[in-house]
Amino acid sequence: MEIRGAAFRYGAREIFSGIDLDVFRGELLSVLGPNGCGKSTLLRCIGGALTLHAGTVRLDKIDISSLDPGARARRIGFLFQNHTPTFPFLVLEVVSMGRAPHLGLFGVPSSKDIALAEQALDRVGILHLKDRPYTEVSGGERQLVLLARTLAQQPDVILLDEPMSHLDLRNQVRSLKAIGELAAQGVTMIMTTHDPNHALQFPGRAVMMKPGGTVVTGLASEVITDAELTSTYGIDIAVVRAPRPNGHGDIKLCSPW
Amino acid sequence: MTRPRCTVFLILLPPALLYASLFVGRFAVSPIDVARILFAQIFPIAHDWPKSVETIVLQIRLPRALMAMCVGAGLSISGAAYQGMFRNPLVSTDILGVTAASGFGAAVALLLSANALGLQLTAFAFGLAGVALTYRLARIYQTTPVLMLVLSGVVVAAFFSALLSGAKYVADPESRLPAITYWLLGSLNAASIKGLAMALPPIILGSLGLLLVRWKLNVLAMGDEEARSLGVETERLKGIVIVCTTLITAAAVSVCGMVGWVGLVIPHVGRMLVGPNHRLLLPATLSIGASYLLFIDDIARTATAGEIPLGILTAIIGAPFFAYLLRRTSATWH
Repeated sequence: MEIRGAAFRYGAREIFSGIDLDVFRGELLSVLGPNGCGKSTLLRCIGGALTLHAGTVRLDKIDISSLDPGARARRIGFLFQNHTPTFPFLVLEVVSMGRAPHLGLFGVPSSKDIALAEQALDRVGILHLKDRPYTEVSGGERQLVLLARTLAQQPDVILLDEPMSHLDLRNQVRSLKAIGELAAQGVTMIMTTHDPNHALQFPGRAVMMKPGGTVVTGLASEVITDAELTSTYGIDIAVVRAPRPNGHGDIKLCSPW
Repeated sequence: MTRPRCTVFLILLPPALLYASLFVGRFAVSPIDVARILFAQIFPIAHDWPKSVETIVLQIRLPRALMAMCVGAGLSISGAAYQGMFRNPLVSTDILGVTAASGFGAAVALLLSANALGLQLTAFAFGLAGVALTYRLARIYQTTPVLMLVLSGVVVAAFFSALLSGAKYVADPESRLPAITYWLLGSLNAASIKGLAMALPPIILGSLGLLLVRWKLNVLAMGDEEARSLGVETERLKGIVIVCTTLITAAAVSVCGMVGWVGLVIPHVGRMLVGPNHRLLLPATLSIGASYLLFIDDIARTATAGEIPLGILTAIIGAPFFAYLLRRTSATWH
């Protein structure tokens, strides 16, 4: 994916401008920055939900603004930050909705689509929940259901908007593990997060959106440093290492001090 | 109830009730006679029943029963579609103002002494116009957000309600006003074959349209933004749902007046039986709605010497029933 000169405004207020980014196939790119820096907005522009005021987003050389909604949904999957369930659909029914971009207006999922939905559930490890109403599973499991739905779309790239924001520690770890496994399988993902610790879990690249509009890109280990974090968040932050309790290597952790 | 048993029940219930409705009534007809009269339409059998009985069964009860089933089915599938589209199980078919506008149209027709068919047409036309007005009001920047639709519906319904009050005010209290009042209470006693022929096409067309898109409604029920991220053209889908439900509801109101609580309650019953998946829910509501309104209409015309207006019965039965449903399913909603 190539993003060139991306700029966005809400009315008169400029959110970001002049953003250039490359996203390579099979990588997990983390996008960091303080609240209000525009990372969610940028992600929604990349996904096509919002329209950039300037700049282009190209996926495999194709400008995504030239794609119709169905074509775009077949290439780009989006995992939203907030989801309020209304009806108690079964988990499998929800994940099957991910096949919508591949079906016409009057289309209905075929047995092949249902099989793909079950595969997606299996990939995130919750196939055993498939016949439960998705209103009756935990918040973390619901997050995984929606992730499975995005997988069922079979997109070229998945955009995750602060996937960990409403989860407790245990569910955060579950999500991180699922995302990590997908990354290891070569799924291309862009993930925004307000917590740099999430980005430290993955070996790939990170983008830090700093106040003032500058953007720093590089390997997560190079971008997430004391100096960069402190200047981005405006408070003293240190990256510390501590040995793992089981003796296998170190835990790397960011913390304000 | 298991899925296959449920399906069989829902398929058999409407025809069974239809058959029962033909021999139930103040003028008793035996079930055997009804069966033979029906058969005689297709196979040659000797006609050994009085002509009056045949008239009652075929000209009076059959059109009325079919009308009740079509209105019940149509209002129910519309209610289910709206509840999915607005992501709110408390939505009814009146939300965009079609009932209020239709009611006013009927009042105008009655003031002008139109005949039954003219009345039907005027009510239907006003119903469509009311929703068109709501839709136009709710349009912002090429989209029609759900909140704007609801607010515009409130405005348009209130406006036509006010106009309706105006019509009642100027109506002659000896003849027109009672006619308007009685019509608004809802009744199927004017059901005729001609009326059925006029009301049937929009109801069938609308229901077919909704059935075709019923799976996509599941995706729409996830929210506009999520549905769009899944490639659904939400504005087009919403437009289809609104057009179909308005065709159905305007036709329904034009033949039987203001019959409420059907589009609101039946989808809940449907969800209790088959779940919220619209793929199953919408066909189920057709069957349940048809049976429900047919049953209520049978009560309406047989319970007392006079006829109880349908709208009163659906409210008296529907509201407490809805309260019961709310208590039972309160755990499911957030």
